[in-house]
Amino acid sequence: MADQPTSMERFIQGILPENPVYRQLLGLCPTLAVTNGMKAAITMACAVGFVLLCANVMISLIRNLLKPHLRIVIFTLTIATFVTIADRFLAAYMYEMSKTLGPYIPLIIVNCIIICRCEVCASKQPVITAASDALGQSIGYGLALSSVAAVREILGTGMFFEIRVLPTAWPDWVIMVLPPGAFLTFGLLLGWVNWMTSRYAAKKQVKGSL
Amino acid sequence: MSYLIDIVLIALSAALINNFVLYYFVGICPFIGVSRKVEMAFGMGCAVTFVISIAAIMSWTITTFVLMPGAPLSAWVAGFFVSSESAAKIDLTILSYIVYIFAIASSVQFVEMYVRKFFPLLYKSFGVFLPLITTNCAILFACLKIMSNIVGVDDPADAWDLGRSLTLAVFGGVGFTIAISIMAGIREELELCDIPKPFKGAAITLITGGILAMAFMGFTGVDSGLKKAMTPAPSIEMKAPQNTAQ
Repeated sequence: MADQPTSMERFIQGILPENPVYRQLLGLCPTLAVTNGMKAAITMACAVGFVLLCANVMISLIRNLLKPHLRIVIFTLTIATFVTIADRFLAAYMYEMSKTLGPYIPLIIVNCIIICRCEVCASKQPVITAASDALGQSIGYGLALSSVAAVREILGTGMFFEIRVLPTAWPDWVIMVLPPGAFLTFGLLLGWVNWMTSRYAAKKQVKGSL
Repeated sequence: MSYLIDIVLIALSAALINNFVLYYFVGICPFIGVSRKVEMAFGMGCAVTFVISIAAIMSWTITTFVLMPGAPLSAWVAGFFVSSESAAKIDLTILSYIVYIFAIASSVQFVEMYVRKFFPLLYKSFGVFLPLITTNCAILFACLKIMSNIVGVDDPADAWDLGRSLTLAVFGGVGFTIAISIMAGIREELELCDIPKPFKGAAITLITGGILAMAFMGFTGVDSGLKKAMTPAPSIEMKAPQNTAQ
């Protein structure tokens, strides 16, 4: 396992270089669906982070017992268990929020990010690495969700975390909080991130050649 | 008659008004990943519709007979261990996510085996997509929607029967097929356009999806209008809007 990335590398990679949403295009359903407000987006990111961390640690602990042809089923059932815990927790302590998020909390089960991390990292590497990988990926996921949510909430309602930041004269772009706004915002942000990445890579190349 | 209206409304709202992809954002992954060619997109849509119908039948059966509070099968089993009063109150809804995902995964596996064995031609056209569908959110979303319409209602008479659940699933699948096929058609044309390099691929697809979603927003309100037109309203209510118009 000499060529496997170390814990620190995994952690850093998850945040920007291998950002789950912008670079890997995984887990787009919640990215588009729950980002009409910052609060919902942060709660969603926390829920995904909790499930990802628990699932990664669990899978990493039992990685030597896994049978190759059954592993996807085991991953899914492990994830489903933790999603049930997260869902019940939200329903008990943050009832309003769990109403807002609605079916998107159970849909974390089929969120590709978690299965992907279990497959790529947790089923091959020890617990510490798997946990730091999960933390890095969740931070990256949270950043991505809040970037989309910030644009949508500010333009759509003139508020940020439900505190007014734009003058009341601002005409709310209602389309931003409706479904089309999610597609448009995320599409434009994705294009922008791609552009920045290519510029950064070009700069690095020039510096390297000098 | 009111049952028929219900079915029509559920079908319309699942297929067009609250389109699975463009309104609820479920099934975005294939919407972006498999929408390069119209034939492939259509095949994917058919496969999803097929699996979603089977999953809906399974989830309706499981929810009604096993998971629901006071479900007959689990109450009967529990009757052997506890008194009949507490057995009637048994509620297994907490297990629903695990049960659904297990049901979906296994039914996809069986459908794939069955189709490969008995319909090789059909398998060739959409069999390759079948394993991918297990992690398609649209399937689980349909199951959850059916569950919330059985468990979540206050009056047991309002709980959905198999017909309503199946209508939701089939027309949800049809809506998915419509959306992904339109998208594939647009993307075939986009291949010939001069798109800025960073926007190539997923970004321009998402923006196109946004414009499509805007177009589908035009269907908003069709269901309530249709409901008003189809239910014979009492004469007093008919007069009221005329007065306000004058």
